[in-house]
Amino acid sequence: MNFNFTEEQKMIQQAAKDFAVRELLPDVIERDTKAEFPTAHIKKLSELGFLGMMTAPEYDGGGMDTISYVLAMEEISKVDASVSVIMSVCNSLVNWGLETYGTEAQKEKYLKPLARGEKIGAFLLSEPEAGSDATKQRTTAEDKGDYYLLNGTKNWITNAASASVYLVIAHTNPEKAHKGINAFIVEKDSPGITLGPHEDKMGMRSSDTHSVMFTDVKVPKENRIGEDGFGFSFAMKTLDGGRIGIASQALGLASGALERSIQYAKERKAFGTEIANHQAIAFKIADMAVKIENARNLCLKAAWLKDNKQPYGLMSAMAKQYCADIAMEVTTEAVQIHGGYGYVKEYHVERLMREAKLTQIYEGTSEIQKIVISRSLLK
Amino acid sequence: MAILVYTENREGKFKKATFELLSYAQEIAQKTNTSVVALSIGNVEDETLKTLGQYGAKKIISVKNAPEFLDNKIYTDIITSVIEKEAANIVIMAHNLSGKALAPRISARLKAGLVSAAVSTPSSYDPFVVKKAVFTGKAFAHIKVNTALKVITLAQNSFGINDPQDQDVSIETFDAGVDTNSKTKLIDTHKITGKLLLTDAEVVVSGGRGMKSADNWHLLEELADVLGAGLACSRPISDEGWRPHDEHVGQTGKIIAPTLYIACGISGAIQHVGGISASKCIVAINKDPDAPIFEVADYGIVGDFQNVLPQLLEAVKNIKNS
Amino acid sequence: MKILVCISDVPDTTTKVKFKDDNTAFETAGVQWVINPWDELSLTRAVEMKEKTPGLIDNITVVTVGPKESEATIRKALAIGADNAIRVDALPKDAFYVASQIAEAVKNENFDIILTGIDSADYNGSAVGGMLAEMLDLTSVSSVSSLNAENSKVTVTREIEGGTETIEAATPFLAIVQKGIAIEPKIPAMRGIMMARTKPLKVVEPADSETLTHIEKFEMPQAKGACKKFDAEGVDELVNLLHNEAKMI
Repeated sequence: MNFNFTEEQKMIQQAAKDFAVRELLPDVIERDTKAEFPTAHIKKLSELGFLGMMTAPEYDGGGMDTISYVLAMEEISKVDASVSVIMSVCNSLVNWGLETYGTEAQKEKYLKPLARGEKIGAFLLSEPEAGSDATKQRTTAEDKGDYYLLNGTKNWITNAASASVYLVIAHTNPEKAHKGINAFIVEKDSPGITLGPHEDKMGMRSSDTHSVMFTDVKVPKENRIGEDGFGFSFAMKTLDGGRIGIASQALGLASGALERSIQYAKERKAFGTEIANHQAIAFKIADMAVKIENARNLCLKAAWLKDNKQPYGLMSAMAKQYCADIAMEVTTEAVQIHGGYGYVKEYHVERLMREAKLTQIYEGTSEIQKIVISRSLLK
Repeated sequence: MAILVYTENREGKFKKATFELLSYAQEIAQKTNTSVVALSIGNVEDETLKTLGQYGAKKIISVKNAPEFLDNKIYTDIITSVIEKEAANIVIMAHNLSGKALAPRISARLKAGLVSAAVSTPSSYDPFVVKKAVFTGKAFAHIKVNTALKVITLAQNSFGINDPQDQDVSIETFDAGVDTNSKTKLIDTHKITGKLLLTDAEVVVSGGRGMKSADNWHLLEELADVLGAGLACSRPISDEGWRPHDEHVGQTGKIIAPTLYIACGISGAIQHVGGISASKCIVAINKDPDAPIFEVADYGIVGDFQNVLPQLLEAVKNIKNS
Repeated sequence: MKILVCISDVPDTTTKVKFKDDNTAFETAGVQWVINPWDELSLTRAVEMKEKTPGLIDNITVVTVGPKESEATIRKALAIGADNAIRVDALPKDAFYVASQIAEAVKNENFDIILTGIDSADYNGSAVGGMLAEMLDLTSVSSVSSLNAENSKVTVTREIEGGTETIEAATPFLAIVQKGIAIEPKIPAMRGIMMARTKPLKVVEPADSETLTHIEKFEMPQAKGACKKFDAEGVDELVNLLHNEAKMI
């Protein structure tokens, strides 16, 4: 066992923190209020290589391990989860999926610009009637010989407008159930793609979420990922890693809320003393800290397993469920500690609370994670 | 044996900082039974040079043959030749732009121990120990100098100025005989005019992010006008371009020590406090009663600047007019 | 052109300063070390020049005097964009000692431009740059807030009391830099961090050198008295106090 981070991991953590505090913090409240996409911020984030930080150097990525990724995600999420969700989708879903299962030609054409951060990716799985249940895909890709013809609607798509590369999960053969599912690389500017309106969300308001409609969109044969029928497996394996990203995002929301609460409790006075001296507040802080420490250890263990080429699906589900649930608890407590100030935007914690809610819902709800965990234990 | 004070003139005039150096040197001279020699480089009228005597200089060495702009090497040549000529054992300079440029060169050339940003006269002369600020004002260190010749740069406003006294003073014009051909070439000079320099200001009025917008600065400017104060700001303000960088006070900006520092809408980040903690009196205006600036302030007003500043301006005007 | 940037590591600016051994030594336990802010800005400017004008700068070297632990700071400098590093394996004793070590380590390297920070956030010596210039017999300009280079010439802006001066000098040249040289320190990119792994770091033994000064003791400032607070209605009262009691206005 070794709980020490390497110098390099610490350097990445610091770089993410510096970026978050310097570039994201100054206008995060304004972007949240206006639901404004962080275009300039994402450009800087990509120039620093965070969007492709885990992709191998031969595909123009940063070649960093998953531990570093967790540390970076936590720091950025402390300040702005709308930015970290973009980073998570790019790293854990799109880039990882392409790097692990794509052909050399696909990697050359799509992965490299994504890893360099020149392009943004999106992962299109959810549908109006198939959220967490990926087998009930209504989107179809009909084999037309030279190409597939894509039709259907995808929902709740992060980066829908800002991405130029889509990874789309669709049925090629509905009779074969999940064995008839495939994953495709689709260029967003292909004819036949239209976006629904920007979703006006409760939190993570500056990430761009839309529904995406496909009407007779031609997808070249060579853009299918893996063997015919690999799509369901592809989606599940990719989501295993995606959970580490969302878990560390939830972790960051919680630890950001704790940092703000500690600072506030040491400054704010009530009944003649700093509120930190009141046990009611001090114990809340202690409870929050223990939960966060647990959450961080789960995230890091899942990341460590992945880095060490060991099965990590169970651990990433545990991390996702636990981190998301405690993020909700901790951010709610943070608002409570801040009292009235916590309920106004200026103090950030109400936003962290709104954002935490989403981590319990997307990329597999907490309930779905419990299914994954229990099935794995009870099989 | 002598204490040599490097006196800087700006356009032929001496500033208060110079008189402070002489006052400081005179106290050391009295303790060590030596006398103060002032060195002036550049063109200064004899009448003006004589004023140095009022603050303790017994002898003034005037070197007129020198580049008009600061050339570190040539000025070091001149100063070291005067140190040798006068057999000085202590050299005193201001801890300002030129002091920081020259003192290390002199120290290295003559292997003379350097104490930079000293805040008081030596606490002991044998061994020779001087107190200086470290960790940007968060602590002090007592530095022992091991060498016979010592160089001290004095932090501004840390000693005070003696009352001027008439005394005999001799002026010696001296040609150091050094090569005055500079290897650097002055291309352009940009002077800020009509503005009280921060480092000269007895009173400083300063604004931070709590001022909300550059458009609100007129409130601070009016107050500064009435008080005869210099204007300063915290780091985010200069980074945002609301105010020029030369007004940034704090760890990486200017370290100042005015008599009165008025901080408006400045939360009091540790980096900012490092730049102002030597101020004699700090007044903070902030709407957040828990802002850390109040921990270093002597006086505080909890309130919104929009409300407080106009009242403050009126009250100060009344005092000034009474 | 070859640039040398002198760096040191200092406690993070938010560190709570404490001393140990009867106030004779700085308590380093729990301290996070960072590149001295002015050194980091110097390095940022050097990297900017190298990136913006291809062919102008061939190489950026960083040098530090410090123990093995300071290599974390060196790696960060390499990640930011320095090409190689030199560490003189010695504890920095005083400014003269540090400058002597750097001078010895680089005297045969023929750097065109040497950059040093005007101050250090720990002992606030403001001395190493000037001393190094003297030891290497270089033209130097202090308080430099902008720097440009072409061929064998550098143009700098330096702050003077009440303004700025633009100065030209031939290389080799040493600039002692302050705020303004770069707006913000460069954050290392992932690729930079990756490349830093394999960039050369040369460790050299310290040369014989003396020290001129010695820190006898540290001292904490006296605690400040409580702040007298007023609300917005108390402005008049405060001004009266400042006038009559404190004699400030």
